[in-house]
Amino acid sequence: MSDRDIRKAVRHVNQNEGLIFERSSPGKKGYRLPPLDVPEVDYKKALGTAARADLGSMPEVSEMEIIRHFTRLSTWNYAIDLGMYPLGSCTMKYNARVNEVVARFPGLANAHPFQSADVSQGAMRVMKTLSDCLLDITGMDAITLQPAAGAHGEMTGILLMHAYLQSKGNPRKKILIPDSAHGTNPATAAICGYAVENLKSNSRGMVDVSALAAQMNEDVAGLMLTNPNTLGIFEQEIHKIAEILHQKGGLLYMDGANMNALVGKTRPGDFGVDVMHLNLHKTFSTPHGGGGPGSGPVACKKILEPFLPKPVIVEKADGTLAFDYDRPKSVGRVRMFYGNFGMHVRALAYIMANGPDGLRQTTEDAVLNANYIRKKLEGDYDLPYQSPSMHEVVFSDHIQEQKGVKTGDVAKRLIDYGFHPYTVSFPLVVHGAIMIEPTESESLEELDLLVDAMKSIAREAEDDPEMVRNAPHTTRVKRLDETAAARKPILRWRPAATKTAAE
Amino acid sequence: MRYLPKSPADRAQMLREIGCKSVDDLFAPIPAEYRLNRDLKVPRQMAESEIIDYFQERAGSNAAGFALFLGAGAYHHYRPVVIDAMVSRGEFLTSYTPYQAEIAQGTLQAIFEFQTMVCELTGMEVANASMYDGSTGAAEAMLMAVRVTGRKAAVVARSVHPEYREVMHTYTQHQGLPITEFAFLENGRVDMADLEKKITSDTACVLIQSPNFFGTIEDVAAVADLVHKKGALLVVSIAEALSLGIVKPPVEADIVSMETQSFGVPLGYGGPYAGVMATKEKFVRQMPGRLVGETRDKDGKRGFVLTLSTREQHIRREKATSNICTNQALIATMATIYMTIYGREGLKELAAQNLAKATYAANELAKKGKILFPGSPRFNEFVVQTKADPFEINRRLQAKKIIGGFPLKWQYPELGNAAVWCCTELNSKEQIDAAVQVVGQ
Repeated sequence: MSDRDIRKAVRHVNQNEGLIFERSSPGKKGYRLPPLDVPEVDYKKALGTAARADLGSMPEVSEMEIIRHFTRLSTWNYAIDLGMYPLGSCTMKYNARVNEVVARFPGLANAHPFQSADVSQGAMRVMKTLSDCLLDITGMDAITLQPAAGAHGEMTGILLMHAYLQSKGNPRKKILIPDSAHGTNPATAAICGYAVENLKSNSRGMVDVSALAAQMNEDVAGLMLTNPNTLGIFEQEIHKIAEILHQKGGLLYMDGANMNALVGKTRPGDFGVDVMHLNLHKTFSTPHGGGGPGSGPVACKKILEPFLPKPVIVEKADGTLAFDYDRPKSVGRVRMFYGNFGMHVRALAYIMANGPDGLRQTTEDAVLNANYIRKKLEGDYDLPYQSPSMHEVVFSDHIQEQKGVKTGDVAKRLIDYGFHPYTVSFPLVVHGAIMIEPTESESLEELDLLVDAMKSIAREAEDDPEMVRNAPHTTRVKRLDETAAARKPILRWRPAATKTAAE
Repeated sequence: MRYLPKSPADRAQMLREIGCKSVDDLFAPIPAEYRLNRDLKVPRQMAESEIIDYFQERAGSNAAGFALFLGAGAYHHYRPVVIDAMVSRGEFLTSYTPYQAEIAQGTLQAIFEFQTMVCELTGMEVANASMYDGSTGAAEAMLMAVRVTGRKAAVVARSVHPEYREVMHTYTQHQGLPITEFAFLENGRVDMADLEKKITSDTACVLIQSPNFFGTIEDVAAVADLVHKKGALLVVSIAEALSLGIVKPPVEADIVSMETQSFGVPLGYGGPYAGVMATKEKFVRQMPGRLVGETRDKDGKRGFVLTLSTREQHIRREKATSNICTNQALIATMATIYMTIYGREGLKELAAQNLAKATYAANELAKKGKILFPGSPRFNEFVVQTKADPFEINRRLQAKKIIGGFPLKWQYPELGNAAVWCCTELNSKEQIDAAVQVVGQ
């Protein structure tokens, strides 16, 4: 490999660091408590047999070591703050710092969820304002902010459908799910007691409308559809899809994972969607935090409103806000309290920083970026579907596979070029999928660097496939043995293992 | 728009290269009748300073600087500044789920440490990388018990957090999983005789909370004996994680579902928090959620990966153990840092301080009302029964910038004018004395 080809990254020293337990020794402290101002209580006496003997191998380390430990660990992560994350379906966009600052204002961060409404008006106003914004963005009538993540929102949405259909006399048995769908969709349908029926896509990568018409009947509760779908293609016959469902009394659920392609340009509520979730950690820029927290508000049409999780926020005649718990038709709570409120604050701050013009420009830039990458890489990588791309583009490894280089290899090689890999092997309808979603957050320069890297890897796959198959070459650790990890799982550190496990 | 890194010239150049006249060409796939031809009704674009002002104002209309005696599933503990200093690092804050292990070792190792610490504290053998929160974690624990036992019913203590129980009902309503509730005794602990009546050969699990919603610490070993005799699993839910600093871990349980909010996570009006599920090694393949495991790279170097993912939705789809995908990783990282800061001695000292504050407050309030559920050990919560309506007492307290306990009237009408109070290390003696005085008026 020639470092000359790699313009975005160079190798640099980064620090080794063991597990925190390996730094621990008795008597070190990272805390100091204030003196107790009430009489001390002997906990062993007070708790009797319920008292704990000791805390085993919990660490004992100083504050300096804690800072070094976690700072060193942090430097081993790739992050949006370092560079582009072309992860299709994940919408890894810039996470503005002002969002973090406002979420930490004491009146918001220290608010107890059970403090009374008259001293919670600020928090409730944030939730209400965000709700109103999201309703106009989606074109829906009612919303809950309670779900903690996208999949949690899916569950909430399908429960709403179930409750609505039940109220009409029959909850029905099946949910239709396209073969290109996220894995959470079928898993959600199962949790809500529905059988999953697969719906095939047509040669243009869209729902096969005649197949849908044939499969739709009174046993089907509805369809879970991602739009644009996971191929980055807008379902152009969406109105027909909705019509077919509605004619037979079914409902259209939209997985809002790809809303970044639509905000300010079109509204699901206008094109026939009955219920949908949003991922605030995708479209509305709340940070992904290494896997969460997320937030998955669910918006729906009027007919589903009575079934929303309780409580719902209501505005009283005097302009104050209150939680309404008297919701006899509610599907119940999906989470304690009111959801991931801290994410609601951040999402609202994002919307305010953008305004209507910024939100529209954001969507346009996201779609522009994806189409630019598509144009630049077409030819070097196989494009299985010719339909126009929205905010993401799906290639395949068809060309590279001739040399034994697979999508996963190209992805790992991308790491050496200073990028996070794209989404690998998804959607399942594309063999060897290479799924790229640049988001609006990338400059032309960063996009060109990605294009250069991908082209360079395509050449390497021709000239030196073995090298690509062994990538990455520049990371702290090489490819890790995932098979061994799953065969004999080591899921925690143990004291006896310290000597042999030490690096 | 300040977050968008493109000049008008960049956009024009890109459109040219794509072969489009205008950006509208790219939206042609959206049928014309569904295109939005107006501005969204959202606030106008604001400067950063305006955003700060807006949220300052909202924050200002919430209680701030009040003395707080509310617990009931969300606890006010001091948050060492190191936590935010670390989780504000972009490498933790703005990284994705660690599927690409080679460039995510920071998150993976931190979560591996989290799993280890949760095991140490709960006495379980394995712990996952987090659930949304304690309530959904408890519901998922029930569904897991169904998979493990093949049985199809659950028995839940009435002394479990009412909102947790609501969530359990929501999650199980279409699973053909009936939930029966069982009673508590005058001493605040679960009614074993009632439990024995309600467990059947269909019972997959019995779920209790300890310390329970009234602050009473359950006799987990005794409950486990009974539950295991009937061939069911015992799920122990822990809402106040700090209790484990001095309370014996529920080692007799089969599954522990814990809310880790107490470990350095802001109250934040109810979220984001992080649940965690811990269990015995033999049940790990029925567990929901992500797991981090240790392995080696091809040079033999230690590293960490997400593992046992064949349980999860992105592989197993409708046959997965759960639909959970995004979890609460950054919150779990906060908890890891918190547990590291206090560690082996600090968690004990801190928990003992909580016990001392709550004991003092309970003793003082006993002079003004009646402390319910005597005779059983408690941690930092207790129930006070008063002559006056606790909502009325709370109104009086609020006038003095004090937020009183959680009134139990709606959920437990049989307890009359009772409220569950919480005292932590953040409640000074002065605060407690002031609150007691108002209660006694």
